[in-house]
Amino acid sequence: MEDAGFIIGSYLLTFGVVALFSWRVVRHGRKLADRVPDDEKYWA
Amino acid sequence: MTTFDPTGTESVPVTSAPAPHDSYRVGTGTRATRVLGLFTIVSMGWLVVFGLGFSPADRDQDEAVRILYVHVPTIWLAYLAFVVTAIASALYLFPKAHSLGWDRLAGASAEIGVAFVAVTLVVGALWGRLTWGVFWQWDARLTLTALLFVSYIGYLAVRRLGGTHEQRARRSAVLGLLIVLEIPLLHFSVKLWRSLHQGSTLTDPSGDVKMDGLMLFSLFVGVIAFTLLYVWLVLHRTRAMAMEDLLDDRQLDSALEARRAEARIDAAPESAPEPAPEVGTEDR
Repeated sequence: MEDAGFIIGSYLLTFGVVALFSWRVVRHGRKLADRVPDDEKYWA
Repeated sequence: MTTFDPTGTESVPVTSAPAPHDSYRVGTGTRATRVLGLFTIVSMGWLVVFGLGFSPADRDQDEAVRILYVHVPTIWLAYLAFVVTAIASALYLFPKAHSLGWDRLAGASAEIGVAFVAVTLVVGALWGRLTWGVFWQWDARLTLTALLFVSYIGYLAVRRLGGTHEQRARRSAVLGLLIVLEIPLLHFSVKLWRSLHQGSTLTDPSGDVKMDGLMLFSLFVGVIAFTLLYVWLVLHRTRAMAMEDLLDDRQLDSALEARRAEARIDAAPESAPEPAPEVGTEDR
């Protein structure tokens, strides 16, 4: 049972960081994008 | 666009639906990044299913081997990120164009790498507790991984020292090319020194693949999933950094313009011509 806790914990930690980091990157990008016109975004 | 009108017998035009071209252009995302994001989520789902479900327990490590399906891909992502940082740094520094796009790619990649080295260290400690009985040992591989983490924290700090974008790019490019040299040392540390950490996960000393088919497949899914995640993150982060630089330039321009306007106001009374004396008004 101890093993299961460590294994599940590892997966939760990894995917938690992935989700949090991704959310933060996208949210920050959206906030910046509100202040920049579309014609100055090379990807748009 | 037309649609069938159920209350009548003729088709009526519908013009209120937004064009798809506008609907996906939000923030730093595009249709390509959304498709990439979808593939990343699907492959992460596969990783969980194979890593925790289908993959068998190991003869020596027992169930703890399942941690390796996330531990190995996270350090792979970090290595990839730091190597991209070094390549982008070289591409900024050596060609005469000195394109800031390469500098932003280097910075974005290093941020992602730092986040995933941190995950590697923590998840590795959990794996170590199950396999070795301790969370941490001052082993060559572990110590050098911690050093790599600290080095790239330093790299990110140097990027925030201030100055122009070109100054930031030049100093961080030099640093990015120097600290990447830690990676081969870290990777081969298990061969260079007597290490508690296991050697190659994939192959035995003779170079043959030693893993069970399903184990190998689970690891492969993990590496693919985290590589897709890296590409998705770096695209978003590089675009955000381009906007940060643009807004920074604008802020500087408007501050300079405000200062110039202030200087013009200060100088105006001294340089303005003296008003002409009114002549003969008292005689009228």
